[in-house]
Amino acid sequence: MSSRRSSEASKITEDEINELILKLQALLPQLNQRQASRVSVSKILKETCSYIRKLQREVDEVSERLSQLVDSVDITRVDIDSLITSIIQQ
Amino acid sequence: MNPDHHSSLNPSSSLKSRFTKTFLRSLIKINKQRPFPYCPREIFQRCHRVKTAADKSLARAAGSRRVWSRAMLCKIRNRSLRRGCQQRPSVRRIIIGYQTTKKGYCLQKKMSDDQEVGTDQASKLRKLVPGGEAMDLCSLLDEAAHYIKCLNTQVQVMRRIADIHSS
Repeated sequence: MSSRRSSEASKITEDEINELILKLQALLPQLNQRQASRVSVSKILKETCSYIRKLQREVDEVSERLSQLVDSVDITRVDIDSLITSIIQQ
Repeated sequence: MNPDHHSSLNPSSSLKSRFTKTFLRSLIKINKQRPFPYCPREIFQRCHRVKTAADKSLARAAGSRRVWSRAMLCKIRNRSLRRGCQQRPSVRRIIIGYQTTKKGYCLQKKMSDDQEVGTDQASKLRKLVPGGEAMDLCSLLDEAAHYIKCLNTQVQVMRRIADIHSS
């Protein structure tokens, strides 16, 4: 009775988890290229962690670069709207 | 090309435009505050301010429907409160809410189903995604995917701003 219900519930969660894992795999650049049929879940999680760490490092680096630029360039003189448009359309 | 039409079709480009506008506004404010930092401490503080502005703009652009963006904004507010910058009661309520989520009112701590999914990797991921400690596995994966998309946008926009200004 309750065991069947709990196994059904866990099956639904397992399907959900598999779907989310596949979605994650689609976002990761390294795993997408190889087109391997079966990449293990733990490998996907590991790649996700390292990819997030890599992106956070890149944010730190570009923040440092920007903070040096903010010092040297007077941003207020630039036309903000055209700057925004050129960034978004790229 | 009509930018409004473009953003209504593609939700990620409106995230990009929201982040760009908010972040540029913060950069202008930082640019006005202290024009010439001389000592290394001020240089470090400016770098930290830029990074905080980037995270704050990203979390705001992502919206309050995401757990990670709410958690990120809470963290930033708590940090500035600890420095004694703001003393508004509404902000204090946010700290309490965040702390109770961390301690007692965690959504689901049942890790029995997760044994096959690699608990080690899942716990590492929880530490990387803001607010990940209090999520169940499904939400964690969903939030991680969205967080990665937003981080990509953040890096792309910030690099573009840096490239435009360094030329």
